[in-house]
Amino acid sequence: MKGALISIVFFALLIAAWEFAARAGGVSQVMFPPPSSVAKYLWQSAADGTLESATLVTIKRLLVGYAVGLLLGIPLGLFTAKFKIFQDTVGVLALGMQALPSVCWVPLALGWFGQTEAAMLFVVIMGTLWSVIIATSDGVRSMPPIYLRAAKTMGSTGLHSWVRVILPASLPYLVGGMKQGWAFAWRSLMAAEIFVTILTGFGLGQLLHYGRELLAMDQVMGVMIILIALGLLADKLLFAPWERFLHRRWGTGTLK
Amino acid sequence: MNVERHLENASAERIEVDRVSKSFATKHRTVLALDSISLKISEGEFVCLVGVSGCGKSTLLNIIAGLEEPDSGRVLANGEPIAGPGRDRMVLFQEHALFPWLNVMGNVLFGLKLKPGLTDKERLEVAGYYLQLVGLEKLHHSNIHELSGGMKQRVALARALAPNPRVLLMDEPFAALDALTREQLYGDLQKIWQARRKTIVFVTHNVREAACLGDRVVLFSPNPGRIRKEFLVNLPRPRDINSVELAHYSTEITAAFKGFTPGEGREAAE
Repeated sequence: MKGALISIVFFALLIAAWEFAARAGGVSQVMFPPPSSVAKYLWQSAADGTLESATLVTIKRLLVGYAVGLLLGIPLGLFTAKFKIFQDTVGVLALGMQALPSVCWVPLALGWFGQTEAAMLFVVIMGTLWSVIIATSDGVRSMPPIYLRAAKTMGSTGLHSWVRVILPASLPYLVGGMKQGWAFAWRSLMAAEIFVTILTGFGLGQLLHYGRELLAMDQVMGVMIILIALGLLADKLLFAPWERFLHRRWGTGTLK
Repeated sequence: MNVERHLENASAERIEVDRVSKSFATKHRTVLALDSISLKISEGEFVCLVGVSGCGKSTLLNIIAGLEEPDSGRVLANGEPIAGPGRDRMVLFQEHALFPWLNVMGNVLFGLKLKPGLTDKERLEVAGYYLQLVGLEKLHHSNIHELSGGMKQRVALARALAPNPRVLLMDEPFAALDALTREQLYGDLQKIWQARRKTIVFVTHNVREAACLGDRVVLFSPNPGRIRKEFLVNLPRPRDINSVELAHYSTEITAAFKGFTPGEGREAAE
C-alpha cells in the first residue's frame, strides 16, 4: 500500500515536471509536447477507436506469435536437453540465432511473406523461439539428478517423469526464458510495425510511424506510453503469477 | 475399507545379494567398488552397511534399489531378480530429494498417486496417516524450504513409507543433520520400524549409528569393496545411542575397522 502511494507520488511529480518543462518554452511544443497534449491525443484517438483497434491488432500478433513460439520452443528445448542429436543440431542453431537481434528477421520476413500477418507472426516467432529453447534445455540440464532418481523409485517413468518432474523442476529457468522470449518478440514486432505498413492491419507501431510522418509528437509520445503500459500489464498478467509461485515454493526472492 | 487395507503391513521382503560385482572407470584407473559381494537379508530385518567412503556400500544400495545394474551377479527380492526401481523398494537419500515445486502434502502424495487402486480421498487419508506418524501432521501445506533439515528428512521418510513398500533403503539419511536432531530421529525410526515392520537396509559411515539401529551390522572394506565382518547387535529396542551397552558394540566394530584399515579406520570410526 505504502509502495503504491510512493509510486503514485513519484509519477505525479514526474508528469508535473514534464508539463512545466514543456510550457516553460525554449523548445517548440510541437517537438516536445506537454503531457496535457499527449493526454488529449490519447483521449481523442480512444474516442474515435483508432487506439483500441491498433492495440488489438498489435496484441493479437504478439500473443499468437508468442504462443506458437512457446509451443514449439518448450518441446524443442526438452528434446535438446534429452537427445544428443538435438543438442548438436537445434541446440547449436538456437545459440546462434539467439545472438541475432530479432529485428534482423524483418527484411527476410517481408521478402518471404510480403506485407501480411504471416510476416509479423514470423518475426514474433523468431524472437521468441530461440531463447525459449535455450532456457528450457538449460533448465532441464541444471536439474539435480536426484529428483529423477527419487521419482523413479516411486514408479515415475517416461511421460510422467517429463510432465511431473523435469518440467516443474526446470520452472525457474523456463519462466526466465519465457520472459526473455516475450521481450524479444515485443521489440521485434514493434520494429517490424514501425518499418513497414502491413496491409492486413494497422498496429501501434504504425501509429508511431505516422506520428513521426505527421510531425505529431503528441501522438508518438502517447503511443509510447501505451506501449509501456502494455509491457507492464503483460508482466503483471503473464509472468507475475508464475514468479509469485516460484518465490513461494522455492523460497527465493526474499532478498530485501 | 480400502484405506485400512492399504495401511496393513505389507509383508516384508527377503533380499539376496548373490556375488555382485561392480566397477567404475575414472580417467586414470578402474575402481572395483564391489568385489563379488554376497549377502542375505531376511524379512523384516534391519541391516546396517558400514564402511569408509568409497567402499561400495552406497553402490550396493543403489543396485538393490534398481537404480544401478551390477556388472556381474544378481540381486533377488523374494526370489525374483530385481529388474529396475520398484514401488516395493523405496529409497531415502542423504539429500532429502523432496520436490520444491510441491508442498509437504504434494510430496507425500507423489508416490501414492502413481499407485493404482486408491481414490484421491483415500490417498489423502493415507498421506495424512504417514505425516502424523513422522510427527508433521500440522505442516501439510508448508513449503519445503520452510522446513528444518530434520523436518525435511521426516517428510522424505513419510513420502517413502506412504506407498507401503516392503523394503526401505536408506543412504546415509541423517548424515547432514545436527547431532540432537539425529538422536531424535533414531528413536522415531525405531518406533516406526517396529510399527510398520519393513526390511530396512541402512547405509552409514557412523559406527555408533549402525550399532544403535541395526539388528545386524555389516562391515565393508574399500579397494576393492568387500564385506569384512558382520556383527549381530543383541540389544532390546528402543535403543539409546548413548547407552553403555551400545558403546561396547561400537568399540568392537571400530576395533575391527582398525584391524584392516590402519590409516583410515580412526577417521571412519569417529
